[in-house]
Amino acid sequence: MGTGESEIDCNETLYRLYTYLDGELTEERRQEIKRHLDECEACFDAFDFEADLRILIAQRCKDHVPNALRERVLEALLEEEQSSSS
Amino acid sequence: MGIVGGMADRAVFSDLAMQHMPALYTTALRITRNSADAEDLVQETFLKAYRAFDRFEEGTNLKAWLYKILTNTFINSYRAAKRRPEKADVEDVEDLYLYHRLDDLQMAGTGRSAEDELFDRITDDDVKQAIESLPEVFRIAVLLADVEGFSYKEIAEITDVPIGTVMSRIHRGRRALQKALAGSAVAQGLVGSAEPRH
Repeated sequence: MGTGESEIDCNETLYRLYTYLDGELTEERRQEIKRHLDECEACFDAFDFEADLRILIAQRCKDHVPNALRERVLEALLEEEQSSSS
Repeated sequence: MGIVGGMADRAVFSDLAMQHMPALYTTALRITRNSADAEDLVQETFLKAYRAFDRFEEGTNLKAWLYKILTNTFINSYRAAKRRPEKADVEDVEDLYLYHRLDDLQMAGTGRSAEDELFDRITDDDVKQAIESLPEVFRIAVLLADVEGFSYKEIAEITDVPIGTVMSRIHRGRRALQKALAGSAVAQGLVGSAEPRH
């Protein structure tokens, strides 16, 4: 650890965890958190879980688009194009 | 941009916009909680987007632009149709709620972590229902952030609220989502029902 480097603790890390995961921290903050996560197994564990959960939610929240809907929309666009050029 | 007689080129619009239909449809399902309404909402969104496409700035984020139209259309057409005012608050739980619920729990005899077990057994429907159980403002925030991966700034523009509000809704929404997922997991016997010790 160099001198003049601020070290953040577990509380601060967990407080900013979501914002860190969202990639919305300043570069300086991001580095601070990353350093802490590299060194603190407990915090890394929590971070890892939240990251996995995020991926799970995105993967599971998916739906098949009915063909009928696709066709309906394409047809509506076609009608719109035709009616506006007449 | 292929503008013909004041209307944007339908083929160009189609090619670009239809790529986002799966995402828009999924979001529409979660926010309307009704497949007929979701389909209507998606169709209306595409029509409005097509009509406005000559005003879309090439090179900017088309997905975010489409989502703004979807969100506005939802608010103006669908939310207004509801008779009961939506409960805008949610019992808040602490951060890392689900993580703490699973902490120290081992699924008996399997040697697998509770997390692995839960992630394996939780279904699409569990996740979708948990999301749909959230009050609207939190639901929309979580959908845009966690399912669609928009930035805070993009979400602020899509929903027309300040970034601070966006952050607050996302964080509270996530906590509420975790509580809903934990409830679903407990109901299915995937995790124990004791309250966390923390």
